[in-house]
Amino acid sequence: MSTISLHDTHHDDHGHGHHHETFLTKYVFSQDHKMIAKQFLITGIIMAVIAMLLSILFRIQLAWPDKSFPLLETFLGKWAEGGRIKPDFFLALVTIHGTIMVFFVLTAGLSGTFSNLLIPLQVGARDMASPFMNMLSYWFFFVACVIMMGSFFIQTGPASAGWTVYPPLSAVPKAMPGSGLGMTLWLISMILFVASSLMGGINYVSTILNMRTKGMSLWKMPLTIWAFFLTAILGILSFPVLVAGVVLLIFDRSFGTSFYLSDIVFGTEILSNEGGSPILWQHLFWFLGHPEVYIVIMPAMGLSSEIIAVNSRKPIFGYHAMVYSLIGITVLSLIVWGHHMFVTGMNPFLGGVFMITTLIIAVPSAVKTFNWLATLWRGNIRFTPGMLFAIGMVSFFISGGVTGIWLGNASLDINLHDTYFVVAHFHLVMGAAAIFGMLAGVYHWFPKMFGRMMDVKLAYLHFWVTFICAYLVFFPLHFIGLDGVPRRYYAFTEFEFMDKWITVNILVTWSAIIAALAQIAFLFNFFYSIFKGKKATQNPWQANTLEWTTPVERLHGNWPGEIPTVYRWPYDYSKPGAEEDFIGQNVPFSQTMSSNLPHDFEGNEEGERIQREWEAVNKPVQE
Amino acid sequence: MAALAALFIMCSSVNAFAQDAATATTKAVDMAKVHKTTAFYVLLFLLLCLFIAIIGKALKVYELTRETQDKPEGINWNTINAVIFVLFLIVGLYGVYWEYSVHGKMILPEAASEHGKKIDEMFNVTLWVTTLVFILTHIVLFIFTYVYRYNKNRRAYYYPHNNTIERIWTIVPAIVLTYLVLMGFFTWRSIFYKAEDPKNRAISIEVTSSQFLWDIRYPGPDAVVGKRNYKLTTAINGLGIDFNDKNSIDDLLADEIVLPVNKPVRFILSSKDVIHSFYMPHFRVQLNTVPGMTSYFEFTPTITTEEMRTKTNDPKFNYILLCSKICGTNHFNMQKNVRVVSEGEYKEWLAAQHPYLTDDLRKAFNLPVSVEAAPAVKDTTATTAAKVELDVKNQLALKK
Repeated sequence: MSTISLHDTHHDDHGHGHHHETFLTKYVFSQDHKMIAKQFLITGIIMAVIAMLLSILFRIQLAWPDKSFPLLETFLGKWAEGGRIKPDFFLALVTIHGTIMVFFVLTAGLSGTFSNLLIPLQVGARDMASPFMNMLSYWFFFVACVIMMGSFFIQTGPASAGWTVYPPLSAVPKAMPGSGLGMTLWLISMILFVASSLMGGINYVSTILNMRTKGMSLWKMPLTIWAFFLTAILGILSFPVLVAGVVLLIFDRSFGTSFYLSDIVFGTEILSNEGGSPILWQHLFWFLGHPEVYIVIMPAMGLSSEIIAVNSRKPIFGYHAMVYSLIGITVLSLIVWGHHMFVTGMNPFLGGVFMITTLIIAVPSAVKTFNWLATLWRGNIRFTPGMLFAIGMVSFFISGGVTGIWLGNASLDINLHDTYFVVAHFHLVMGAAAIFGMLAGVYHWFPKMFGRMMDVKLAYLHFWVTFICAYLVFFPLHFIGLDGVPRRYYAFTEFEFMDKWITVNILVTWSAIIAALAQIAFLFNFFYSIFKGKKATQNPWQANTLEWTTPVERLHGNWPGEIPTVYRWPYDYSKPGAEEDFIGQNVPFSQTMSSNLPHDFEGNEEGERIQREWEAVNKPVQE
Repeated sequence: MAALAALFIMCSSVNAFAQDAATATTKAVDMAKVHKTTAFYVLLFLLLCLFIAIIGKALKVYELTRETQDKPEGINWNTINAVIFVLFLIVGLYGVYWEYSVHGKMILPEAASEHGKKIDEMFNVTLWVTTLVFILTHIVLFIFTYVYRYNKNRRAYYYPHNNTIERIWTIVPAIVLTYLVLMGFFTWRSIFYKAEDPKNRAISIEVTSSQFLWDIRYPGPDAVVGKRNYKLTTAINGLGIDFNDKNSIDDLLADEIVLPVNKPVRFILSSKDVIHSFYMPHFRVQLNTVPGMTSYFEFTPTITTEEMRTKTNDPKFNYILLCSKICGTNHFNMQKNVRVVSEGEYKEWLAAQHPYLTDDLRKAFNLPVSVEAAPAVKDTTATTAAKVELDVKNQLALKK
């Protein structure tokens, strides 16, 4: 790139036009990407709190299956008659906990928040490609949340066939109470959710492809943007398949078709459905479902990569490898869904194929992990709250990732499938890791969102209690699984061999409760700091990316003047010869003659010549 | 507000634990007492919050005084966090060791089947490889965070990439994974692609799942389990067995699974209503039972129940069949006893089992009611009665 570059003189009247903003257009039906990001975040946090409380409820049941808690009846009424949670409600709890966490918190809450916030700010755009569609994306999501929660207020209770809602259990209302109206609401909610997610995804992709500022080539994008970009692509490719599956399930449930049903007898009542296959649903579901877990984890990876680089004051190690491994994960994640189906009775030949693709995907994941570790090596690590959570994310990703090698192996999966081992695995690798990535992002970009800082010490408390308790919750579950205890069991009381796990269940439940209480530190910190936090400076973390060149005060259009031009990659931290240990992406090489490296000019001979001439004059003096 | 609401709900669930003793004995729950305990725990939590707030304020005052006196920052949080990471590493490593040695001993005993031994071998290799990676990466992670903690006099080392090292840590995992994949692939094939040995034919056993029962059918002397047709399901023919198929006529009803040791058995799996999962963890056997689809799992049990009792030093040990796919209200209690016995005991047991075909069913299928079948009639009705009773029990459980 030439060191002498003409600035973008394009004057954007949209940027500082004085729209008349009412309360409704500013806070409710906002089309500003930053406000939409906050809407996604706060909705996501509320849903996360709800899902967490649901998990505490079923953990209480698992730890003290024979005891009565009269207070539960006060809150839950007939679902906890006599102070004990009923089996049907237990299944509803695990189902809705899973659904909310996977879709509403870790997809919409994570990707929705940070893609909306960071894409325009980090690629240098005034807003999303289609702000109106962006607004619709949030409101579809919101309605999906409301409908899902609404299912708690109906007679038969919410959907309870597990978050994967396998038919026929989910398709036939008499199979379980939750498969009545609750299931219908689940399906409607899911369609709205997918619509939301598609509108969001299309927006993210088009913004990244078309609206990057001058100089922002794809290879100068921060890893966050790469992660959001690939996540959005993955969502666009896989979410529609879920809609197809859901629509067929609605047909089966309400219009008497037989896509998933055949040869079914309840007691002596023979259903008339013929010719369908429940396995079809599993293929359609997991065709989304597996990419979905990468949709969940890739944004967390992107956020962590950025935060780790900023706070280690070092370039991310192997930027290109990081991008290629993200691309590898994206592509491979579309062809591994069958590993959820090794023991469904699917043709064993397919089991072999899916085992191979699944274990290949471990390679890019391993590369990412090693690159994070290498980034820390010889860094100058500041333990900001964001950094702590990013390190926690790496730790969880390793701990949960290694057990993926067991489960991806079809032969081992025979005995591990649908046991607590699986529960432990995915809660670490996509639950805890993704939540930590999200929390890292919240702490790191809070000043960008609200112009204020969060309290650091409360954040430390939050991190350490959550980090330790999360391990105490999920690590012992592996062993319960290795003992052959299936998941989604209402109580461990009916099998003698499970008796020995009761004490472990009590430990796990107490850890979960303490972890839940620790979230109060976060919630208080979050909401208090929005109004009373310390005022943020423009670039509180001394980071390179473009969002920190915008003013602290929220501004429709992001930059008051013209959009900055980008000259360099986002990871020039601690560059030898530079005055400070960071150089913003918008700083031209002409201003950093003392730290330029031959590689920086990317073969631009003019630039190299100017640099050589400058060095001939200045270098000896500096040495 | 949300925080406050969350706090209250959370505390209310926490405090409920205390009452169980009181409520378990008395039927009428004294809610006043419950509320008092609730309030007690809420106050206790608020006290904790207050305590944390006071510490926070004290720290702030301390830092402000340092600042006003122009002294350097009093507390170096970077060092504190770095030290906690190292402590976490040390305690964590011990914790992992403790888990492996205590909980690790509570897991399933050795595999009681031929293919299970192969699975266990692979399990051990995978366990070693992953544990090693898990421990080493964590040591590196937390040591790095400690050693390279912030120091304002130091600058980080600008080191954007190193292609050689990146190639190494792409290729090494790839090689290890290739090894694991190949091992898994061949084991998988050996489990699901079995060549039939005419001298050692597998015993066919049909298992049909329904909410929340396992129905077991053994073939009679013809060694073939007859056909089923779900459309033939009636009150007296719950499985819809097609008795027009002559293979069905001698099929036996069993209320437990009994297997002869060291003889291959082939399970024919299907389901009446929803998907269940046929899971016998001790044999490393699992396959879903799917309505409208028949699947098969063939394996050879190698250890009898008695031997296993000696091996595990547990006189009450029993093999078990569970359901591991969510299937409804009583999913958590859908079990069947499994016994592995010697060949002789098996034959003895099998001879005592009764045929499915009752006189009522004979009438229904227009089959002659045979004379020699007559003595058996009483017994079969007894078993049907038992089954009805079981169904009633199940319904009761449902209502519960």
